[in-house]
Amino acid sequence: MTTRIDRRMAKLKSEGRPALVTYIMGGDPDYDTALSIMKGLPIAGSDIIELGMPFSDPMADGPAIQAAGLRALKGGQTLARTLKMASEFRASDDETPIVLMGYYNPIYIYGVDRFLADAKASGIDGLIVVDLPPEMDEELCIPALNAGVNFIRLATPTTDDKRLPKVLENTSGFVYYVSMTGITGSALADTAKVSAAVRRIKGHTALPVCVGFGVKTAEQARVIGASADGVVVGTAIVNAIANVLGPKGEKTADPAEAVATLVSGLAQGVRSARLAATE
Amino acid sequence: MNKPAMPNSFRTGPDEQGMFGIFGGRFVAETLMPLILDLEEQWNKAKTDPEFKAELQNLSTHYAGRPSKLYFAEGLTKHLREVSSAKGLGGGAKVYFKREDLNHTGSHKINNCLGQILLAKRMGKKRIIAETGAGQHGVAAATVAARFGYPCVVYMGATDVARQSPNVFRMKLLGAEVRPVTAGHGTLKDAMNEALRDWVTNVEDTYYLIGTAAGPHPYPELVRDFQSVIGTEARAQMLEQEGRLPDVIIAAVGGGSNAIGLFHPFLDDSQVRIIGIEAGGRGLDGVEHCASMNAGKPGVLHGNRTYLLQNADGQILDGHSISAGLDYPGVGPEHSWLRDSGRVEYVPILDDEALEAFQLTTRVEGIIPALESAHAIAHAMKIAPSMDKDQIVIVNLSGRGDKDVHTVAKMLGMEI
Repeated sequence: MTTRIDRRMAKLKSEGRPALVTYIMGGDPDYDTALSIMKGLPIAGSDIIELGMPFSDPMADGPAIQAAGLRALKGGQTLARTLKMASEFRASDDETPIVLMGYYNPIYIYGVDRFLADAKASGIDGLIVVDLPPEMDEELCIPALNAGVNFIRLATPTTDDKRLPKVLENTSGFVYYVSMTGITGSALADTAKVSAAVRRIKGHTALPVCVGFGVKTAEQARVIGASADGVVVGTAIVNAIANVLGPKGEKTADPAEAVATLVSGLAQGVRSARLAATE
Repeated sequence: MNKPAMPNSFRTGPDEQGMFGIFGGRFVAETLMPLILDLEEQWNKAKTDPEFKAELQNLSTHYAGRPSKLYFAEGLTKHLREVSSAKGLGGGAKVYFKREDLNHTGSHKINNCLGQILLAKRMGKKRIIAETGAGQHGVAAATVAARFGYPCVVYMGATDVARQSPNVFRMKLLGAEVRPVTAGHGTLKDAMNEALRDWVTNVEDTYYLIGTAAGPHPYPELVRDFQSVIGTEARAQMLEQEGRLPDVIIAAVGGGSNAIGLFHPFLDDSQVRIIGIEAGGRGLDGVEHCASMNAGKPGVLHGNRTYLLQNADGQILDGHSISAGLDYPGVGPEHSWLRDSGRVEYVPILDDEALEAFQLTTRVEGIIPALESAHAIAHAMKIAPSMDKDQIVIVNLSGRGDKDVHTVAKMLGMEI
């Protein structure tokens, strides 16, 4: 079974550069705007899209993504509408992988089987569910793998060599290395430590390793991209949207344009990563 | 829904995966998993270690003041017998209070905090964090942190900070830092989110001292075991004082730690009717209540699967209760399992009913109960008059109500 993620990662590997993985919150600040932002991501240079499923209680997220989730929920976003966003995106782009990211409860309430069927039909390639560690694999991970949807696991600095095999066991698509212990949007950890961690994980798996949590600038993307197979940027993009919203949520500039400008810069960062590394 | 087969014993849970039937589990971020597994290992060692038991026993006796009394509430019983007579029933069960309000720090919360601080010490942690609703757990956590010399950060919803100011000041005096949380409605749920964010950030050196029998495994189990001293004592005291077991035991359920503490030792006494009281707030017709087991459905939040107040999209609702300690949209997973298995009944009590019980208990017993406990008393007031005079009800008086006088005054339209 290969998914769009496998194909995209293989292609980038042959090009000799890391992937730029971009996160946006589904429905932030509203459905139509979020869809136009999403459509602009591949054009600006994003290789993989993480589409956030808003949740009322995002326990692993910092203030920026918490606020984005609240904006989306206030705008009427639901899991069903996030899936609809993906399928509308798919109508014009059948190549860019989409990974849904969020928390388990909305999926559990939607119904796991129904969710997987609808996600598959909407062109979803992978899932990142923050509160489902390997100990809870029977809940969603195994059914997702059976349905042909990648289940992408987070590995963290607390995931030691003893635990890594358990974390990697049912992981597919790529491994998401969380650069530090903490919530999304914190300061980036020491890049030398991150590189060492990426090497450690690669010692246990042939899967690509993408690094996220704390990457905000093109320069950071370049440095991280020198050792990782992909660089995930989330909070910086979400902030770019928040920055063009007024106090009542009114748009003071075009959010899609703000995101595209940021992502273009980040894309240049990852594209120069290996070049810089070999200099 | 999900009616499990009747087990031989109701006291054997959770299983190795931390599940009580479909409830419980370990729904946490990977960052926390190694720590939770370590906690489980340490807990399994500690609970059979005579030294750990002896140290906890010693602190319970000399620091917390255990055993707490089982008190025959004669004034309330007399009042309820008059109510019974007025209805022409001529009954009125004897009401006993398990006096957790007399513990050091004024509630049952100290039982759990003493146990967990000893675990934190064994694990070599350097810093304590806690969440609190009414502030009772925050005070107890700050107390043990002071006693054992740990820095302590307590997360508390901004709404609760406002309505429980005496406890906020108490925590500060004890050297804890109280961080108000403005997200959501600024209540216990939001405080718990923020505590989890702190924990995931400072996982190496920080011990998360959870205040209720909820959260990821092994917390529901270990908090229950630390609180079960309530029921173990009450059962023995009742046998000694009345020569038999009670007919009914009642406790208020927010997260449910005082309730599971009272209930657990009685679960296999099939003749004892067990009733948990949920916060009915302003009524179950609307959204202003916290009756997750009466009006919610199973879902996943804060590390466990349990009954939750939520909308059709799986977004968690905020709920409402006059009592900050019951103002939580979920409940400990063992309660969810006991509900579905039918062993324990869970019924709601409204804000107004709790307020009436608060005032009545104060007047006829000279005891100011916590608003949380007043919910349990309110249910005893409902059922005792139609019971026989030789029947016995135990109510868990989980905490004292000094902290609630501002809230009550406001509700009664009085200035203090």
